Amino acid sequence: MPVATELAVQLDGVTKTYGSGDAKVTALRGVDLEVRAGELMMLVGPSGCGKTTLISVVAGILDQDGGSCHVFGQDLQAMGDRERVLFRGRNVGFVFQSFNLIPTLTAAENVAVPLLILGTPRREAVRKATEALERMGLGDRGHSLPSELSGGQQQRVAIARSLVHKPRLIVCDEPTSALDNQTGHKILELLREVALADGRSLIIVTHDARIFSFADRIAKMDDGRILEVATPSEHK
Amino acid sequence: MIYIAIKMLTGDRGKYLGILFGLTIASFLITQQMAIFVGLMTRTYGFITDSGLADVWAMDPKVQFVDDIKPIQDTQLLRVRGVEGVDWAVPLYKGILKARLNNGNFQACNVIGLDDATLIGGPATMLEGRLEDLRRADGIIVDADGATGKLAKRGPDGKSIPLTVGSTLELNDHRAVVVGICRVSRTFQSQPVVYTTYTRATTFAPMERKLLSFIQVKAKPGLSPKQMATRISKSTGLAAYTKPEFEDLTIGYFMKYTGIPKNFGIAVLLGFIVGTAIAGQTFYNFTLENLRYFAALKAMGATNNKLLAMVIVQAFMVGGIGYGLGTGAAALFGRAFGTNTELAFRLPWQVLLGTAVAIAVISTFAAMLSLWKVIRLEPAVVFKG
Repeated sequence: MPVATELAVQLDGVTKTYGSGDAKVTALRGVDLEVRAGELMMLVGPSGCGKTTLISVVAGILDQDGGSCHVFGQDLQAMGDRERVLFRGRNVGFVFQSFNLIPTLTAAENVAVPLLILGTPRREAVRKATEALERMGLGDRGHSLPSELSGGQQQRVAIARSLVHKPRLIVCDEPTSALDNQTGHKILELLREVALADGRSLIIVTHDARIFSFADRIAKMDDGRILEVATPSEHK
Repeated sequence: MIYIAIKMLTGDRGKYLGILFGLTIASFLITQQMAIFVGLMTRTYGFITDSGLADVWAMDPKVQFVDDIKPIQDTQLLRVRGVEGVDWAVPLYKGILKARLNNGNFQACNVIGLDDATLIGGPATMLEGRLEDLRRADGIIVDADGATGKLAKRGPDGKSIPLTVGSTLELNDHRAVVVGICRVSRTFQSQPVVYTTYTRATTFAPMERKLLSFIQVKAKPGLSPKQMATRISKSTGLAAYTKPEFEDLTIGYFMKYTGIPKNFGIAVLLGFIVGTAIAGQTFYNFTLENLRYFAALKAMGATNNKLLAMVIVQAFMVGGIGYGLGTGAAALFGRAFGTNTELAFRLPWQVLLGTAVAIAVISTFAAMLSLWKVIRLEPAVVFKG
């Protein structure tokens, strides 16, 4: 698969510790990782190995204790809080394990949220959101509430939401864990097709070995370290 | 973002109505209790309000409120008339006299004796008869509430027979004939009000050396009531108050020497506390339940200021609607039960403003509780399942 060489994410010796004293837990122990533009990188490993902490740092929603994290050449830790929030709003899309769709908003309104955050007028935001839903095959469900959609449809709405403002990096936390095998595969096909189309980078945290084949590279983590980075065929 | 805030708030109908209910109840209780308090306080000086023509009231310096009668000598009237700038000055008798009812019971009445010549100080609204009919022998005018209520006769079947023109009454062992029915403001004690002439009132009243209760004074054009009152006080040694001053004196007495303000204050405070507790708790719970969505919004790039604006809009939206519903319900309550009935209810703009302030405080409190949570929220919690 052709991969651009520009670096989207560059982590050097990133460390992160929670708590102090006896309750001290080291989540990241000097992580080095590079994710290229247009690449789908999967982070895999057992529970508690630091995957979620790592994507939180990459997405700019958690400060690391040591090391550096550059996203599209920008040092996130050097930014002020407000600057980092705005950077995140423009450049990062999120797909959450539990979807996090606001239950009182329609599918189209949910998809429009990142645009509204960026200050796009509501009418225009909803129009773009409807187009994004159409690309996800949900053009006829724009007026449905999340509770009226199946799990797979909700996750497609969440993906549309992560793409609608055209971010350069998308982070996904266990996007298939709440879905059956067939739906999970469809979601990953969709993610690859739509998300990577414009040269975006995609980082997916997952336990689900059935979807490993969709990755360009897989970073295997354990105990706060990256043990190996390999292609799906090399990954054991 | 404001649109999202409103949809988040109103989308869950049950929680939304719960918050609204708390604020509506608080707004209703605060408005209703304050309005009854104001109504009650207004009644304490209802008699002064009804006596519209006089600029100044002169009386014994020891008088503390309008029903605190300390009679003065009749000669004081002549002294007041002699003060420079007085256009006219008329006597007024005010006292509580017993009326004997046809079933043998006694009813205390508020008897007002008006200047025989001018009848100044008489009721503004006559329902039956004319004010001048007071000059007929033994003539009295009775207020409508008294005529149909406490002074009404009892028929053989026990039914109430309202007093009408021509009915007779025994006032302190003196015969009195009803020559008119009037409408007056309800008094604080809700006693029947009986108007007659000053001379006749003094014959109805028990024998005393002094019987003149008040002197009502009109200042000549160009002289303010305040200047007139000052002149009368200096010249005669009497207390002289303008109409608003006398009203304030009366209210001040009730505020200072009765438990009414405290009792109503407690009721208003309870409404405030209940409203704060219900609305604050429900709104806080609403925010807690939506915390993961606020975290998601924060992760997706919503600044703290945007989230704060959302919470504030939500709090003040329910506050505004709750205020409207509560004050509206209180106004309907007042219209249904408080128009010239025994229930004192008055809803001036100051009460509405007071309620608005209270509801704003409750909404702010509810918002502050939630804001604290939202500000401290770590967006990374969105990845915690």
